Amino acid sequence: MEPVVHLRDAVALLGRFPALAGIDLDVERGDIVLLRGPNGAGKTTVLRALAGLVPVVRGEARVLGHDLRVDPRPVRRRVGLLAHATGLFDDLTVGDNVTFWGRATRATAGDIDAALSLVGLSGRLRGVPVARLSAGQRRRTSLACLLARRPELWLLDEPHAGLDSDARDLLDGLVRQAVAQGATVVMSSHELERAEALADRVVVLDGGTTDGPERDAPPGPGAAPGVADPGVAGPGVADPGLVPGVAGSPVADRGAVPGTPADAPETEAPDTAVGTPPPEVSHVA
Amino acid sequence: MTATTPAATAPAGGSPSPDRPVAHPGHPGPVGTGSSATRVVGVLALLSLGLLALYGLVISPADVEMGDNVRLMYVHVPSATYLYLGCFITTVASGLWLWKRTPGWDALAEAGAEVGLVFAAITLVTGSLWGRPTWGTYWTWDARLTSTAVLTALLVGYLALRRLDLDPDSRSTRAAVLGLLLVPNVAVVNRSVEWWRSLHQKSTLVKLDPTIEGDMLVALMVGFVAIGLVFAWLMIHRFRLAWLEQQADRVDLDAALAERRAEASAGVAPAEPPPTADPPPSADASPASTAASSSTTEVSS
Amino acid sequence: MWRDASLVAGRDLRIEARSRVTLHQVAPFALLVLILFAFALDPDRGVLERATPGLYWVTVLFSALLALARSAKLDEADGVRDALRLSGLDPAGVFAGKALAVAAELVALEVLLGVGVVVLYGADPAGVGLLLATVLAATVAVATAGTLYGALVSGLRVRETLLPLLLLPVLAPVLIGATRAFESALADDPAAGWPWCGLLAAFAVLYSVAGALAYGTLLEGQ
Repeated sequence: MEPVVHLRDAVALLGRFPALAGIDLDVERGDIVLLRGPNGAGKTTVLRALAGLVPVVRGEARVLGHDLRVDPRPVRRRVGLLAHATGLFDDLTVGDNVTFWGRATRATAGDIDAALSLVGLSGRLRGVPVARLSAGQRRRTSLACLLARRPELWLLDEPHAGLDSDARDLLDGLVRQAVAQGATVVMSSHELERAEALADRVVVLDGGTTDGPERDAPPGPGAAPGVADPGVAGPGVADPGLVPGVAGSPVADRGAVPGTPADAPETEAPDTAVGTPPPEVSHVA
Repeated sequence: MTATTPAATAPAGGSPSPDRPVAHPGHPGPVGTGSSATRVVGVLALLSLGLLALYGLVISPADVEMGDNVRLMYVHVPSATYLYLGCFITTVASGLWLWKRTPGWDALAEAGAEVGLVFAAITLVTGSLWGRPTWGTYWTWDARLTSTAVLTALLVGYLALRRLDLDPDSRSTRAAVLGLLLVPNVAVVNRSVEWWRSLHQKSTLVKLDPTIEGDMLVALMVGFVAIGLVFAWLMIHRFRLAWLEQQADRVDLDAALAERRAEASAGVAPAEPPPTADPPPSADASPASTAASSSTTEVSS
Repeated sequence: MWRDASLVAGRDLRIEARSRVTLHQVAPFALLVLILFAFALDPDRGVLERATPGLYWVTVLFSALLALARSAKLDEADGVRDALRLSGLDPAGVFAGKALAVAAELVALEVLLGVGVVVLYGADPAGVGLLLATVLAATVAVATAGTLYGALVSGLRVRETLLPLLLLPVLAPVLIGATRAFESALADDPAAGWPWCGLLAAFAVLYSVAGALAYGTLLEGQ
């Protein structure tokens, strides 16, 4: 079955800056994938690229069967993005906002009401202008807008930030519920404990690439155990950059081929912890 | 607008110089905005301007009604014509950029508007000067002058937008939409202003007398040729300037990718651009990547 | 597309209903401009009466700049642009909706100003059919052109100064046409005014089409 997300060596530009410099990512339906990495690594850009908002200029990029390099627009309707920015109109009430964004995506009144009650905003708060809400309540409103769309792919950018513990539990519950109903989730977070408990898999980003080590998170409850990371290039791919003894080979030590340190058996695999350069660096002129 | 003069681009003392000096290998296109083409055009422009001065000021007679004032027309009418040509170029180039997205069209649109602005100024000044002796004031709300003034405002607005410090793609897109609307706006403005002024005065500034003939006709024709050559010369230089500015902005994607990857965890030496499966677009070719691709042992997949 | 347009128009008007910016700020500004013209032009010498159509439309234009800037600003809010792109709303529909909402606000403003000039300048409304048609055509013209140019400068730091610079020369024909039409109507010579009304309608059509086509490009291109 075709993966929900398939990125291979994807490069995406923000203006002239290559925010993504070679991303490999494969996500199957029903996965919950956590993107980890330092600030500026490109996590937000990956999520936006998957949403079809940032164009991918090189490599392969397929989401929900749509080729993002041909036309990213058809995919937008099928994903839901929960970003740092709320996308809400301050002068309108919670109900107005969710109704507008819901109806924009052709959601029914039932979907909209259900979304509001799922996030706990269908009572008094429904009629409160967004400007008067707390940050956590605004987040929940944005979440309701996402829920009303019924997206097949959830893209969550640091969803736990700014939420109190109850709201975080609520979010986690909604994520699991959505996955149980067939959705797929890709999220980024700095809240590692909670996020890793939720996620099936962790992908590490750094410098706009996924070349770092990738590992399985301890599976959360209900997640398929021991899911191997399909984002790593198969062992059959020759990696010329790491052929030992090619002195002066002017190839990036991380290489264009992903996941190599741990998975290129023909090389002397170095310590793969992020931050320790493989010994091949010494051969690079 | 900084354009090189014909004198500066002429080879000194006849020493040979390449037509299109190149900064370094692999970088396509000219480095300066001069070339043999512009030198030829420039010389011709100067010559024909001289001819225009001769015909306009000396040989052609003073007009029966307007007197010596008519001589301004030999500059004013062509200037107005080329002003419209500049606007037309901007609109067409903007449309083509939106369609094809090649940067050359963007540069052409900018050049057309800026050169157009120069000619707008010339048109306004010569028009005002013509008006002074005829009507006693520098400015009359004559249809032609008024529409030219509004057109000048449109061009100033367009150029103001172009000068903003923005992400280049965003700036080009906005400017292209604005540029595409330039000719329609001009058409509407001209139509409405003419209509409006025709309610109050019958004669406009430039009613080309259909019986113009003889030396006056020749002077006017020479005017068209001379001003046209100046227009062409300015356009070529301005286009190349805009194009070079864009090239300077352009970042070699592969080098940028390498830098970006190098941001990854500490201790990693900055790497050379990695070999990529797609051939790098020629416009982005740089010495570094051509060197890298020639010395790697990579088998391209 | 029209479904999307009505959704967006409803949203913009609902925001106006909640925040009352047009009512509380733009309308008073417009009346203030009328009063300032009286200070400048001395109401006792008949200049004001003769110039009424022109002053009316200049006031409308200046007020429209405020209303249009506000309309554009609504969609610059944090994350709204992304959400619009993700929503699958037809950009032409978004454009039409926003233009309709602004047009509605402007019509209300123009009616108010009409009352203003009758009261303050002693204007004598005649040729009402022509007046209304002109108001309608000019309003659509201003709203469509203004929404398009508002999108063109949206998100820019300098948008407050750039929008008037870009929009006013473009709207010069609207000012000319609307004023001439009003003059004809007030002088009881509507036959001379209807062609101007036609010009305004053509302008409105031009910018309706241009806006519908270009709005998507501008939404993506930022």
